[in-house]
This record gives sequence, C-alpha cells and structure tokens, in this order.
Amino acid sequence: MHKTIAGLLAGTSLLALGSISAQAQELTILWAEWDPANYLQELVNDYQAETGVTVTVETVPWPDFQTKLFTELNAHGSAYDLVVGDSQFLGAASTGGHYVELTDFVAEHNLTEVMAPATMQYYSQYGGKYWAVPLEGDAVGWAYRKDLFEDPTEMANFKAKYGYDLGVPQTFKQLIDIAEFFNRPDDNMYGAAIYTMNAGDAIVMGVENSVFAYGGSFGDYDTYKVSGQLNSPESVEALEDYRKLFTFNPPGWGNAFFTETNTAMAQGQVAMAMNFFAFFPSLVNEATNPYAGDMGFFANPPGPRGDDFAALGGQGISVISYGENIDESMKFLEWFVKEDTQKRWAELGGYACNAALLSSEEFRNATPYNEAFYQTMFKVRDFWALPEYAELLTEAADTFYPYVVDGQGTAQETLDKLTATWVDTLTSAGYPAE
Amino acid sequence: MTSIVTTLDPQSRAARRGWSDLTIRNAFVIPTVAFLIIFNIFPLLYSLGFSFTDFRASTNKPINFVGLKNYVDILADPVIWRTFSTTLWYVIVSVAGQFFVGFGLALLLNRPIPFRGFVTTLLLLPMMLSPVVVGLFWKLIYDPSWGPLNYALGLGTVQWLTDSHLALYAVAITDIWMWAPFVMLLSLAGLSAVPKHLYEAAAIDRAGKLYTFFRITLPLVAPILLIAVIFRTMEAFKTFDVAYIMTGQPAAELISSRLYKLAFQQWQTGPSSALAYIILIMVLCITNIYIKYLNRVKER
Repeated sequence: MHKTIAGLLAGTSLLALGSISAQAQELTILWAEWDPANYLQELVNDYQAETGVTVTVETVPWPDFQTKLFTELNAHGSAYDLVVGDSQFLGAASTGGHYVELTDFVAEHNLTEVMAPATMQYYSQYGGKYWAVPLEGDAVGWAYRKDLFEDPTEMANFKAKYGYDLGVPQTFKQLIDIAEFFNRPDDNMYGAAIYTMNAGDAIVMGVENSVFAYGGSFGDYDTYKVSGQLNSPESVEALEDYRKLFTFNPPGWGNAFFTETNTAMAQGQVAMAMNFFAFFPSLVNEATNPYAGDMGFFANPPGPRGDDFAALGGQGISVISYGENIDESMKFLEWFVKEDTQKRWAELGGYACNAALLSSEEFRNATPYNEAFYQTMFKVRDFWALPEYAELLTEAADTFYPYVVDGQGTAQETLDKLTATWVDTLTSAGYPAE
Repeated sequence: MTSIVTTLDPQSRAARRGWSDLTIRNAFVIPTVAFLIIFNIFPLLYSLGFSFTDFRASTNKPINFVGLKNYVDILADPVIWRTFSTTLWYVIVSVAGQFFVGFGLALLLNRPIPFRGFVTTLLLLPMMLSPVVVGLFWKLIYDPSWGPLNYALGLGTVQWLTDSHLALYAVAITDIWMWAPFVMLLSLAGLSAVPKHLYEAAAIDRAGKLYTFFRITLPLVAPILLIAVIFRTMEAFKTFDVAYIMTGQPAAELISSRLYKLAFQQWQTGPSSALAYIILIMVLCITNIYIKYLNRVKER
C-alpha cells in the first residue's frame, strides 16, 4: 500500500512537471486577421511537427489590430510571445521597450544580405538597431481587367482619343488617362478603385503611392524637415492627380480600403483597382471573382519625371519583451529565416522577403501578380516610423480626406495645412522639425 | 403556536445559521461597493490624475505634471470645437427624431389595433440589435451603387455616407431607427398610466381631440417623456460605434470618435483623459438642466 501511494505521488509529480514543460513548449503569435495569417498558421504547423512546440497564430481584425497590440504592450502583458507588426509600429514599440532588440540576431544570420534591402530597412530597423525579422513583404500595386485592355474596339477607341496604345500604364499620367477612358457611369462602369477610407492608413497609403511616384515626399525622416518637402510642387501635383483619379471611382467611393477595392473589381465595376499584393490572391480565385481569368497586375507606374516608387505595406515579426518564452521565440525566428522555411512560406502564399527567393524565376512566375510584386519590392518607400507616427497618420488622413473625397480647397492648401500641423506635432514631441 | 412563530421569524433562522442581519447586509453591500470603487471610482480618479500630465501609455517615458495645459490645449483646438458642435447638432437631430417618431408610434399603438402585441414586439427589434450590426446593415442600405434606399426613393446615386453635408444626417437617421422604439416603449408605459376617467370627463365636456391631447395626455406623459429624452441625450452624446462603423467623413466626426483616436490610436493618454473629463462635465451639465426641468414638470 505504502509503495502504491509513493508510486501515485511520483506519477502525479511527473505529470505536473510534464505539464509545466508542455506549457513552456507553446508560442503565441499575434497578427491581423487576413489570409496571410492563415498561411502562417499552416507554416508553423510544420514547426510544431519538427520541434514539438505548439505555435498558435491569434488574429485581430485590421481596424483593431494596432489598438489591441498596444493595449497589451502597454499593460506589459505576456499573452503573446511574438507579433507580426506594421513597420510604423517600430518606433513606438522599440522606444517603449516592448520589443526585444534583434541586432545581434540579424548580424549572426547575415539578414541584411539574405533579405531584400527595403524589407530590412523598413520592417526591421529603427534608430540604427534591428527589432524585427521581415515576415510578410507587401506593397501597394494595381490589378486590371485584361479583357478590357485587350479588346480591339477599346484599343482602337483609346488610341484615337489619347494618341498612344492602350496597355499597362507606363506612367501615372497614363494610369489616369486609362481610368478616365473606362469611366462610364451610365454603364455602371468606372475607371478605378482607390483607397479613400479615413481610418488607419488607408487614404494615406493611396496618396503615398502618387506622392512618391511624382518625386514628392512626406518629409525627411532623418532631419525631420517637412516644410518644402511635403508641400513641394511635386507633392502638390501628385495630390491633385490622386484627387483626379478619385473622380473616376464608383459613386460614394469615400470609405474604401482593401475589401472595397477588391469587391469593386470582382463585381466588374472598375477597370483597375489599387490594393496590397497580399489581397490579390482572392482576385485570381474563380470562387471569389468571376473575372479571375481576366486579371492582370502591374506595379505602381513612375511619375511624370521618372521617379519610380510605391507605398510599402507588409510586416516584420518581433519578439515581445514581456513574453515568457523569449528563448523559444528566438529559436522560432532562427527556423523562420532558414531558406527552406522561406521557400515553404512562399509556397503557402506568404510573401517571403528572402532576396534570392524573390529574384528567382520560379517565384516570379508562380502567380500572375508575383512579377509585379517583385518589381515593387525594390522601389518601396514608407511612412514615418516615429513613436508619434499615429498622430502623424491621423492628421494626414483627416487633412487629405476633405480634399480628395469632397474636393474642398486646393492641393496646395491641403499640403500647406498638413505641413504646419506636422511641424507642430513633431516640434511638440521634441524633434527639431521645420 | 410557538413553533410556528419560531419558524416564521427570519431573524432567529439567520441567527441559527450564524448569519446576523448585519452579516447578510454586508455580504450584499460590500462586494458591490468594492466593485464600484475598483472599477468605477478608482479609474475615474486615476484618469483625473492623468489629465494633468503628459503621460503616453505607449511609451516608457517619465510622466510629467503639466497642470491645466491639456485642458487649455483641448479647449483651444479648433478640431475639438468642430467635433463638439457636430456632436451637439447630431444630438439635437437624433433625439428630436427619436422623440417625435417614438412618441408618434406610441400614440398609434395606444389604441385598439389588430395584433398590437406582435406589432409592438416587431417595432422593438431595432433596439435589441448590436450597434455594430446596425451600422454595417445601414451602410449597405445607404450604398449609392446598389443600396436599396436610393433605389426605393429613386434618388440616383446620392452619396449618403461620404457627402460632407449628408453623412451626419445619415448616421442620425440610423440612430433614430434604432432608438425611437425605446422612446416608444417608455411613452407607451406613460400613456397606459393616464387615468381613463379623465378622457371620459373630457368627452362629457365635449373637448376636442387636440385639446384633450395638449391638456390631458401630454402633461401627464411629460415626466416619463423627459426621462426618455434624458437617457437618449446622454446616449446620443456618447455615440461612437454606429458613427465609427458607418463613415469616416471628418464633417460627421463625433466627439467620442475624436476621443477614441486621441486615446487609443495616438496614445495621448494625458490629453485624452482631459477631453474625457470635459465631455463628462458637459453631459452632467446638460443632464442637470433636464432634471431640473423634469422636477418642475412633476411639481406642476
């Protein structure tokens, strides 16, 4: 009897130890709710099979993602071990002490060489240090209806009107011409669908696409000089043309982001749609888009002076300082940056940031949009990543919206107003802005 | 007999179980008071403290006392004043609409009509829905391309939610649709409490319908209508979810949305606490005016 009790106690102790050990073999990753998060869950299932560590990808709807993340970080919560966060979060999260510094990890794995340069610069770096590993490369590109663009009658009519061949726009001005050409409200057909929503970074991402392509700027991120850059003649022209492009959008197009632009395309309502590359898979899926077979894709075209840039999306994965499994999280990152894992990530539908993989013929030909993605990822620019980025973002959205959607004031007035607001915000935060 | 008395005496019963009246009272009151202190009073005072600092919850920077700076900055900010005036106009339109629609429906239902109970239940459905669902639902209704509203009214492509002149009214209409049933419900309770003999006396005196309405119905229902208006004014002032879901039009931005942006998107914890207190004081002032008026009506 005595032995039986001792045996039971020993067994119970082992079970308890086992359960403690099992608890340590779990990682939770926070990300926004979208298809790539599902692909990541599939990927990490491989990690579980290899290592026995359970990895769960928890998702939050995009509009609440930033709020949810920072609420957790500000509370120093340990609910999540890793987060796939926006590039703009880096300043606030790193200076707030919320992210584990990964500079040594980056050097050890030579990630500045392995990953595409833009992804390391924007998804990982802040203040000369590294805080994230590029996970999901993304940028804003364009989808278009090949059947319309290649229709002989449309081609002939277009050439007669504009004097050059209808095709994938070679410049932003051509993109506007094409949008104007296909804008036929009487037939419930419109030229384009662009980002206009005054929430998150929607309208700002859209405006970025034209401002960067026109040689404009949102300010110097190193010197904090805004005046003369944000309201430069190039930026003004870009904003005017973004507004012009808006007039060729479907009616009531003042609250549109990635869902709405894809929906407009799937409903056959528009000839072209702006969107993040991460949302293009559903456009080539016949179950979600009756025009799936007619879809073409192109990178954001250059502006009138040949400047060739696009707005950056995408995220890097960071280790949260308050997580209880930091060592295990680092091991996961080591696994994630391996070339095989990156390849598998791309196969599952993720946009891997591995430079060699991105440049490979296999990747570029894998889907109808990968070539445009590849071209875009080497010409991207991003928004401010300061801890005060959210103020700058909401101020920009609130200022752009009345001009772009309502046509209130002029582009010059809009950008002058935003310049003054940003200088004030940056100065108040202690930056030598001007 | 003695045993019956003993059985009915609750004090003795509680005493037999070792629970005095005081213990029972404390068992109910203390958790409630503790809950209120922990979840209401403490955060209220804590955020009042924040409102005098430059605290940002997203950073680890030291917190500095800034006195009344946050309050002064907010009251000098034209954007805040714009959203305040937008909110005030929204409250007026929305509450007035709910009042007239709700009270009108109650008058209709306060008479013998077929399936009265069923119709009343149907009319109450909107206020039982989640505001987010209502917002998404009305967003579809207002859609200029394929929304049923423009189609049914033959309005073409009126852009309800993006036009700076219409967006606020579109949100107010949704709020009226959702909350007029609440006013209707309270009005119905008030109407059913009006003594029938007053109407009989008015009928004997050959009083007209309008005279009866303004001299009997309205004065007797007024206190309960005012309570409905107080509730709806406070709620309308705090409207966030429906408006936030439906439109991003800055011309329709309400003060709650501005507060949300300040507190949870920009993480300006100090200034947002100050703004929250300014809103609280405004709501208290408006409610106080209503309550004083309500007391005067009751005294009459």
